[in-house]
Amino acid sequence: MIAVAAIRLSDLFAVVMLFGVYSLLTAALFMDLDAVDVAFTEAAVGAGVTTVLMLSSLHLTKRWEALPRRNPLISLLVVGVTGAALVYAVLDAPGLGDPSAPVHQHVTPRYIEQGEAEVGMPNLVTAVLASYRGYDTFGETVVIFAAGLAVMLLLGIKDDPRLRPGESAIGGDQLVLRSVVKVLLPLILLYGLYVQFHGDFGAGGGFQAGVIFATGFVLYDLVFGEGSARAVVPPGWLHRLAAIGVLIYGGVGVYSLLAGKAFLDYSALATDPVHGQHLGVLLVELGVGIAVFSVVLLIFYAFSGRGRRR
Amino acid sequence: MLTAAIVAILVTMLLALIRTFIGPTEYDRMLAANSFGTKTVLLIALAGYALSWNSYLDVALLYALLNFVGTIAVMRFFEYRNALEERDDPESAV
Amino acid sequence: MTAILELLSGLCLFFGGVLCVTGGVGLLRMPDFFSRVHASGVTETLATPLLLSGLLLQMEWSLDMVKVVMIMLLVLATNPTATHAMAKATLHGGQRPLVFPDDKDSVGEDSSKP
Repeated sequence: MIAVAAIRLSDLFAVVMLFGVYSLLTAALFMDLDAVDVAFTEAAVGAGVTTVLMLSSLHLTKRWEALPRRNPLISLLVVGVTGAALVYAVLDAPGLGDPSAPVHQHVTPRYIEQGEAEVGMPNLVTAVLASYRGYDTFGETVVIFAAGLAVMLLLGIKDDPRLRPGESAIGGDQLVLRSVVKVLLPLILLYGLYVQFHGDFGAGGGFQAGVIFATGFVLYDLVFGEGSARAVVPPGWLHRLAAIGVLIYGGVGVYSLLAGKAFLDYSALATDPVHGQHLGVLLVELGVGIAVFSVVLLIFYAFSGRGRRR
Repeated sequence: MLTAAIVAILVTMLLALIRTFIGPTEYDRMLAANSFGTKTVLLIALAGYALSWNSYLDVALLYALLNFVGTIAVMRFFEYRNALEERDDPESAV
Repeated sequence: MTAILELLSGLCLFFGGVLCVTGGVGLLRMPDFFSRVHASGVTETLATPLLLSGLLLQMEWSLDMVKVVMIMLLVLATNPTATHAMAKATLHGGQRPLVFPDDKDSVGEDSSKP
């Protein structure tokens, strides 16, 4: 219902708000399906970062959606056919949680039965993400890095001369907001660190932690004036940090190669294989967290520093 | 009583959602979205306890934070619009 | 002891829920942005600690209790700030509160809502 409203409204600002609400409901749905890590990431990214970025880009373009010029019937036909095909395929798929489904037959029982023993951490999601499917996560990290790279190449970080740094947003003296944010910021960063390192046991991990960390800095920038975060964390640092994040991840893999085992085989990291797994997951999640943090903050810088297009 | 509280929160969320749709000005929508967010935090905390979700409090804490950041971001967006319009064309300031 | 805790928890949840719905209704029915801000801001900031205390009283001793307290403190700190900032931004953006004129000549005439 919210999606329908989001499509029908032509006031793009209201659409952004509705998207935030929609992402929130999706996160609640994920919680209900017992997928806590996914809900976490969905809430962090969808309701936080995406809303801020969409608002920044909205600020650059028009507020109201232009009417479509071409005949929408063809698009409707394409979407309708694809949608029908998808629904038809879904009808054939095994039910949710069906134990005889193929996805539950081969690899999954091994993960569930031996995951805790082999990797040594209670949170199976992180174990699968960082250890069993480490290549996959490496690919995701590189994709995030590439996205940051693309934004840097396409947009770059410009300073709009019309927006004087230090000038603030909400009119007048913002004492209340600033004092509260000053107290909150260290707590936010601390929470980010908690999520990063607690990913072994509860919901969490590198992706969520990176986003939370970046959100702290975004909040600082929003409240203390345009460009204030840039003074604290210059874009040059972030470029290097993003690369370092990916390098840490790749470095762990290469180290395992040099130690004689397969790429990203964590048992090469320590004498006891379970210890090696722990260490490997820790380092790898750290790399992911650093990379995500720098890329999100870079994208925010790129979007927020631009002035209004004429 | 817990279920009654959860139902009350759901009703409030619906009311806030209606305000998001019909709010005549954007400020109303911003207010309603912030309200919806706070109610969601409560919903996740209470429903998570009732339905024994895993790590529900972490998600609730995260969302309380993000709701705040989102509201501030929206206000920043308004101000930019107004401030830039003022500077470019002083007569068009609201 | 458990009976008292349950009673207290039930009371907190009940009042929290009532406040919540009141705030929601106020959000819909109030005529003007500033009255809506007042309605929803005040009730939410009280309803949240009440509901969370109700939850706290039902939980067993664990780390989760500390997390609930943290959520409570966070909402108590940020919700009034956000409300204040929203009202300030709206005022700065040009909206003005609706003020019914104190017109002694028109007794019995309905105050107009725009």
